Order: sequence, then structure tokens, then C-alpha cells
Amino acid sequence: MVVFFVVIPLLAAFLVPLVSKMREGSARVLAVLTGSLLLLLSIAGIFMVKNGSIVYSLGGWRPPFGICMVLDGLSVFFLLIINLIGFIALIYSWDYIKRYSSQGLYYTLFCLMLSGLNGVAVSGDLFNLYVFLEITSIASYALVAFGTQAEELEAAFKYMVLGSVASAFILLAIGILFGSVSTLNMADIARSLADSGSRKLILFCLGLFTMGFSLKAGLVPFHTWLPDAHPAAPAPVSAMLSGVVIKVIGIYALIRLVFNVFIFTPAISQIFIWMGIISMSVGVLLAIGQWDFKRLLAYHSISQIGYVIFGIGLGTPLGIIGGLFHLFNHSLFKSLLFLNAGSLEYATGTRKLQEINGSGRAMPFTSVSSLVASLSIAGVPPLCGFWSKLIIIIAAFQAGNIIGGITCILVGMVTLASFLKVQKYAFSKQAGDIVSKIKEVPLTMVAAMSVLALFCVLIGLFFVPFLDQLIRPATNVLLEGANYVNLILGG
Amino acid sequence: MSLYILCFILFLLGFYCLLVKQNLIKKIIGFGIMEYAINLFFILLGYRWEGEAPILDKHQVIVNFVDPLPQALILTSIVIGLGITALMVAIVIRIYEKHKSFDINEIRKLRG
Repeated sequence: MVVFFVVIPLLAAFLVPLVSKMREGSARVLAVLTGSLLLLLSIAGIFMVKNGSIVYSLGGWRPPFGICMVLDGLSVFFLLIINLIGFIALIYSWDYIKRYSSQGLYYTLFCLMLSGLNGVAVSGDLFNLYVFLEITSIASYALVAFGTQAEELEAAFKYMVLGSVASAFILLAIGILFGSVSTLNMADIARSLADSGSRKLILFCLGLFTMGFSLKAGLVPFHTWLPDAHPAAPAPVSAMLSGVVIKVIGIYALIRLVFNVFIFTPAISQIFIWMGIISMSVGVLLAIGQWDFKRLLAYHSISQIGYVIFGIGLGTPLGIIGGLFHLFNHSLFKSLLFLNAGSLEYATGTRKLQEINGSGRAMPFTSVSSLVASLSIAGVPPLCGFWSKLIIIIAAFQAGNIIGGITCILVGMVTLASFLKVQKYAFSKQAGDIVSKIKEVPLTMVAAMSVLALFCVLIGLFFVPFLDQLIRPATNVLLEGANYVNLILGG
Repeated sequence: MSLYILCFILFLLGFYCLLVKQNLIKKIIGFGIMEYAINLFFILLGYRWEGEAPILDKHQVIVNFVDPLPQALILTSIVIGLGITALMVAIVIRIYEKHKSFDINEIRKLRG
């Protein structure tokens, strides 16, 4: 069952170019089918994990020797994010991607990216995790360059250089760790390190891992590629990159290693907290002055990822709940905002906020859903972003981190100001001459945006059962870090 | 130990080349050097002096054998490196078609 998360999209990535040779339109049917199947599987996974986590050994080799795949509370949570946003992005692509040539290649790369992301989320083996991380990265480099205009190629090259530096550091750390404990199974490494790990070695590896994964996540000292790469991609891919990829191959891999393989110490907590605070403030300050809609959103991604790592870095149960909850909410509203930006570009042909000039009347669905998303990201009650930010702020004050709590509140205000600017210029300003020519985008794009907007409202209203069902099991996996060893190696 | 230090120096050389060089092709070469340094590091981890190949026959007793696992890992890593290098070269060729130059300063200048 666990292995299907990787096999299905991989098979689809193989079949899509074949069927698209025969009929151009059949590629998207196959891709959407794959997406819906994966979404159903990940929802089924949530219920299966209720009775205990599942460990699957590939080829029947027992865990310390062979590669294993693990489905526990945390992986299920991330699988749901990946496949939900992936499915919605595929629906959105149905009409949007007609503007580009060679649809078959687009869907192939998209399925490959889904396969890599799912693989990272379920992998229980360190080198296997690296391989899936590289599959995801290569697919996303190619997708960023998909438009093959000068700007997109340059962004993709920058992204590739920095991404491969990050991968090199991660691989170096894996090598050093392997040289010291002679195993690659994550649970086995955790056991060996707990028994006889030298502190210097752990610190050195942690440093390399933190640098590599923060580069992939776009946290502040390592963020320079993100505002170029995310706007350059086609809109559904931007939604995937900002909503899912930076979280799974950055945040998920980092917290899985720090909490379950190494031990979460106060020093790491301080590093996470300060990286979070700096990312939050720098990201939002750089976002204010932007006039390119997608570039503005990319800077806000840096700032919101800061919230996530800050919440998790606090290390208290409430902080981790807030961090993970904000991560989920951010993937909803940031994907929605990128899809809105894509719709505006589709209708008006520009991303500059001054030129879009009040298209709210002509595009009612886009403008309403973007209003919902803007208010969510700014943290206006009762939408989903408000509750997660509130939990993080309460957790910060509870943990005695006054500076962090105040920064959270201030950054929230600046975010609100920045999105009021977006709403004013893009939708509600006096209509310019461009407006008379535009009309609402096709049905599939409207449907994708409406579903995401609905989720933002619903999760805001019913956040308590959501926290109980999904976030709490995920938090427990992180808090009881040592249980991971017992789960995989058995007692 | 000196082998590891030399390997690390190779890694740093590649890293320097990737970050500092202005020419896109040289950046790709730098990435290649970095990749090879890591591959070499993995192979060194599994290497034993005077070690034998880890193929066990019935009437044979091998005391000192080379660890085969890093070699298997490096096969995968080489393929990944090949994929990334190919994609990098493809993108750089497209950039060259747009700007008629490999120099990163001129590419930035044209974009204005």
C-alpha cells in the first residue's frame, strides 16, 4: 500500500509521453486520473494510520538491512498536502497549460515531481530520501524553465546552481554519517547515535543538513533563488513549488531528521527560532515594494515559511501544532494566490499590479477567491490563517519568547498592508481600459480556485476537529522522537 | 587521513568554481568537480588497504574485503549527477541562443 504513493505517479510519468504521442489531449486525462487516485490513497492512508503506523520493507528485506517505507502520522499529513494541492494544480492546468506547446512533457514532469515528493514523505532510508529529493529537484528545475523565455531560463539556472549546492552538502553529510555509523536506515542511525555518537560529528552533520535543507526551503540567508524561480514557472507549478515543494523537501526532511534521527536540543531550537524570526521579517519587508504580483507572493512565501520554522523551533507541543497547522494553511492559501495570479495573467497578459487595474467586475470568481486567500494569509478571523498564527503567537509567549511573539504580530500587520495593496490595485481600483476586453477564465480554472477558497473558509470554521484528526498525530510523531526507532526496528 | 583532506580540498575547489566563475560553462565544470569529490569521498569510505572484492565463493575465506555498499550508492549518485549536468547544459545552450554569450554579466546587462 505505501509503495503505491511512489509507483503510481512514476508509472504515469512513463505512460504520459506515450499516450500523448497518439493523442495530444489524452495526457491531461491520464494525469488528472493519477492525481485523483493519489488523493484517494492519501485520504485512505489517514484512516489506516489510526490503527498504528505501517512499515513496508521493499523486496522483503528487513529494515536495518533493506530499504523501508514508513507511513506514520507525520508522513500521512504531508502526503495529504502534496496530493491535495497536486490534484488541484492538475485540474487548473487542464485549460491553463494550453498556452504552452508540448503538454505531454509538462504532465510527465509534473507526475515525476509528485512521485519524488511522495517518496520523500514516506522514505525511511537516508540515501533513498536523497534520491527522491533529487527526482523532485530535477523535475522542478525543468518545470521552472518550461516557458523557455530568457527570464525563465535565467531563473532556472540560478535555481539549479543553488539547488545542486544544497544537494551536494546533503550528500556530503549523508556520507560522513554513513562513514561513522555504517548504516543508512534512519531508525538504525538514530539508535547508533543515541548509543555512541560523538557530539562533534553530530554537530557537523547537523550543520550541513541544516544548510542544505534551508537552501531547499528558501529560509533567509539562503533565499536568493526563490523570488526568481517561483514567479518564472507556469502558475500551477508556482503553486506547487511555493505550496508544497519547499515544505516537503525543505521543512519536512529537516524536521524528520532533527526530531527523529538526531535529538532536538536547545541549541537547535535557538537556531530554528532565529532563522524563523529573520525569515519572517526580511521576507515581508522585501515583499512590500514589489509590483510584480507573483514576485510579491514569492517573498511572502519566505516570510510565511519563517512562521512555520519558528513555531516548530519553539519545541513545545503547542508550538509544533501551530507550525504544522500554519504549514497546511499556507499551502492552501499560497497555492490559491498563485493560481489567482495565473488567472490574472491568463486574462490580462500581465503580472504588473499597476497595469491590471481593477479587474474585479470582469472576473468575479478570481477576485472573490483572491480576497479570501489574502485575508487568510494576513490572518483575519475566522479564516484559516488567523487560527494558526494565533496558536504560534500564544505558544511563543508561553515559551517566554517575547521578541518572537511580537515579531509575529508585527509581521502579520505588514502582511495585511501588503495584501490590501494587492486587492486595491488588482481588483477594486477604478476600472482602466484593459478591463473592457477581459472576461472570466475557463471553468476548470474557476473550479480549482473555488475549491481552495472553500477549504480556506471551512478549515477556519472547523479547525478544532481538523487539529484533532490530522495535526495531533503528526505532532506526536515529532514529540516522541525516540518511538520512531522502536516502530521500525521493533521494540 | 590525508586522502580525506585532499578530497575535501577538491570539493572546496569545485564549490569555489561554481560560485565565483563568471562563465556559465565553467560553473557547470565546477559543479562536476564538486560531484566527483563527493563520489570519491564515498568510495574512500568503503576502501580497505589490500582489500579484496566482496564476492564470496564456497571454498574461499576473505578476511579483508572492500565495503560494496558505497559503490552501489555512488552508481546512483553518478546517474543523478549526469541528469543534472545534462539539464544544466541544455538550459545554458538555450541561454546562449537568447543572449549569444556565456558571460553572466552580459546576460544580466541585457535583461536590464
